[in-house]
Amino acid sequence: MVRINVNGEERQVDVPEDMPLLWVLRDELNMTGTKFGCGIAQCGACTVHVDGTPTRACQTPVGMLTPDSKITTIEGVKGKAAQAVQAAWQKLDVVQCGYCQSGQIMSAVALLTDNQNPTDQDIDAAMDGNVCRCATYVRIRAAIKDAAQTMRA
Amino acid sequence: MLHHLIRQAAQHGFGDGLSLTPLPAPSRRGFLKAIGAGAGALVVGAHLPMPALAAEAAPKIVGPADPRPHAFVIVAPDNTVTVLAKHLDKGQGIVTGLATIVAEEIDADWSQVRGAFAPADQKLYANHFFGVQGTGGSTAVANSWDELRMAGAAARAMLVAAASARWKVPAGEVTVSKGVVRHAASNRSATFGELAEEAAKLPVPQQVKLKEQKDYVLIGKPDLHRLDHISKTNGTAIFSMDIRRPGQVTAVLARSPRFGGTVKSVDDAAARKVPGVIEVISLPVGVAVIAKNTWAAMKGREALTVAWDDAKAETRGTDAMLADYRKTAEKPGSVAANKGDADKAIADAKAKGGHAVDGEFVFPYLAHAPMEPLNAVVALNPEGGCTIWAGSQFQTVEQMTAAHILGCKPEQVKIETQWAGGSFGRRATTNADYIAEAVMIAKAYPKAPVHLVWTREDDIKGGRYRPLFLHRITAAVDAKGALVGWKQRIVGQSFMAGTPFEAVMVKDGVDATMVEGASDMAYPVANLAVDAHTVASPVTTLWWRSVGHTHTAYAKEVMIDRLAKAAGKDPVAFRMEMLKDHPRLAGVLKLAAEKAGWGQPLAQGKGRGVAVHESFNTYVAHVADVTVDAKGQIKVDRIVVAVDCGEVVNPDIVKAQMEGGAGWGIGHALRGEITMTDGVVDQANFDSYLPLRMSDMPVVEVHIVPSHERPTGAGEPGVPTVAPAVANAVFSVTGQPLQTLPFSRGGIVS
Repeated sequence: MVRINVNGEERQVDVPEDMPLLWVLRDELNMTGTKFGCGIAQCGACTVHVDGTPTRACQTPVGMLTPDSKITTIEGVKGKAAQAVQAAWQKLDVVQCGYCQSGQIMSAVALLTDNQNPTDQDIDAAMDGNVCRCATYVRIRAAIKDAAQTMRA
Repeated sequence: MLHHLIRQAAQHGFGDGLSLTPLPAPSRRGFLKAIGAGAGALVVGAHLPMPALAAEAAPKIVGPADPRPHAFVIVAPDNTVTVLAKHLDKGQGIVTGLATIVAEEIDADWSQVRGAFAPADQKLYANHFFGVQGTGGSTAVANSWDELRMAGAAARAMLVAAASARWKVPAGEVTVSKGVVRHAASNRSATFGELAEEAAKLPVPQQVKLKEQKDYVLIGKPDLHRLDHISKTNGTAIFSMDIRRPGQVTAVLARSPRFGGTVKSVDDAAARKVPGVIEVISLPVGVAVIAKNTWAAMKGREALTVAWDDAKAETRGTDAMLADYRKTAEKPGSVAANKGDADKAIADAKAKGGHAVDGEFVFPYLAHAPMEPLNAVVALNPEGGCTIWAGSQFQTVEQMTAAHILGCKPEQVKIETQWAGGSFGRRATTNADYIAEAVMIAKAYPKAPVHLVWTREDDIKGGRYRPLFLHRITAAVDAKGALVGWKQRIVGQSFMAGTPFEAVMVKDGVDATMVEGASDMAYPVANLAVDAHTVASPVTTLWWRSVGHTHTAYAKEVMIDRLAKAAGKDPVAFRMEMLKDHPRLAGVLKLAAEKAGWGQPLAQGKGRGVAVHESFNTYVAHVADVTVDAKGQIKVDRIVVAVDCGEVVNPDIVKAQMEGGAGWGIGHALRGEITMTDGVVDQANFDSYLPLRMSDMPVVEVHIVPSHERPTGAGEPGVPTVAPAVANAVFSVTGQPLQTLPFSRGGIVS
């Protein structure tokens, strides 16, 4: 049994310790908002927060987490930055296929939690690990700036 | 032409027992159940028979000439208006687009409009350009336009009739606006929901009056939000990857590392010992590992030992294939276009003070790599047949293929279409590849619903690529700088060959999708010779966002800049001179050039390039601004795009498609390539098949030409001209034409 804390709830799962958090979330806990895109931490579709840090769930063996690690997924993300980011995404109709957007949003929320006035270079650095094959990057950048403005106001 | 041929192919049948039998319309109850509507909803007359391809008889209307509100719109007592989309939404926003058309005619308030995927039903939901249900070729709005306007207008008329009957007032005095039906004189009003049940009992009008463009309140308005803009930002949108049926198991499939290889022997002892692995099954398509969860399935597959028989496999590398293509290109190919005498015109031009330009272009294999890896859930139904949950793009083909595998009737194959996490052409195949795999596994393991999951490695190594292409072009301008001769040879694989589409898509040895955009180029060359060689390989290939135009537009537009330079002409002016008889192409070229500030001086190291092309009846021009740094490395700074796709339903979605199309074109031009060594694909995942990332993405400015022409597509046409515009911008700085893709091959991209 592995004990983890997801979105503030303690969960017990009967899985091998090398199973990545991604598959624990998706297959064991039926939390499918976190997506499988590459499995090797190259696309960011599986981005969650572990103690506030954006983390690729596909390369995080569940056994490496402690019951004290606070895991936040798209289903549970909240707070000022999350609100501003999701509102900006909706206002600008960022999404196309939408499959990568859980991960994009989790990365953007982490960025804006730390930095409410990101430059284009800051955005590049924070978001380059999140691939969008629809290339919604123009709107992601605009939405991050919009959300940052909301947070500063 | 493509559309017409696909329809013909569909009518000819899919061979091997997969004939296209017309399916009965679903029952009204089945319909309601399928979209979750309750009793009393306005789903009218479940029997309306329609001529299959009325477009032939009434060319002004695409699709049946009578309104079919029952097929497309459900007004429920809860006051929602649900529009059934017969097309797959893989990000292009078509659910929103189709819903907008209906909402406009029914006069709904946008906040009450919902979208749902229609069931698989060829008779009700055929794409009128294909004859089968399917999405592709940027046809979704164009083939739905008439039927959805009529469906919306008919539903509106029925709501008006219901109000008229309830209030005992003349229908002509009843008005509708934003989802509210009113009789002003008696100061009465009712919502759609309040009238739904009564309206459902009324006959469907056979004639409806459609709105005039000036009266539109939703179509063409930039402020409508996509219907999926909330569910896709909070993790609640369901893709087939997210389907979880009771008892569901997960399968991964070990496939031959070489295309055309088959299973020789399997040792599955170690795989069966992996905790969570339930079963290992050898199938004609590979070895399936079935497990309790995805991780166990993947671990189980790693533990398999499979020996492969490569007797019929491709064992060449891509360098060897290209060398073979070059040899093939020495000989004349099958003729795709032949006007005048190109050889003579080119020789004459050279002899009389003109200039000839030679170009060899190499385009690599490219994977589609949609963000959601291919996957499907299949559950066998106790009464026979199965239910498939997938981002289904060619529903009719998938129904027939699954029926063939299971030995059931096509109508016993239900498809629950889901939001698709991208496609770019990949989910539409002529043999339903990954869905067929899932059905085969489900047939072999009937105990539980099976979720077949492709990993990213399966996807990148799995073929169905945009084919590798070689183009050789010689073209000439005369002493006055007029384009007088053009000779082009194209060598590559045909993804139509060997499919049910071959008989009609391949004419006189030429696959139309290999030469589209070249043999029919808009520039008026009096002496034009285009031919093609179709080469064979077990490497599987497929259409890829914008199909043949991905390479033909590139080669054409890069050559045009070289010819303009040889003629001493400005690239925009040179093109404008030649597009006098093509006002819509000239229109987008002029608009893009103006908006980009064409002709204004640029700083050292900055370049500006242009390209213009028609594809899928849509006209697009791109102007690209680039920086070439001291080390020769390039960065794309800005893209200006002008598009004319006729009447625009959702301008913001067209804009999004142009932004995304620009990224798609640039990303693959910079670094995209699939190569093989001894028949084994060298790339495996996004660490080696390098996608466009945030820091690569330029500013994109989109300008849409206002138009009253019939609407055409936007998903693909934004792709073909962006890469040649970038190449021409680099050419303007370095004088070096970029003719081998991707650009990273030339060392100019990090």
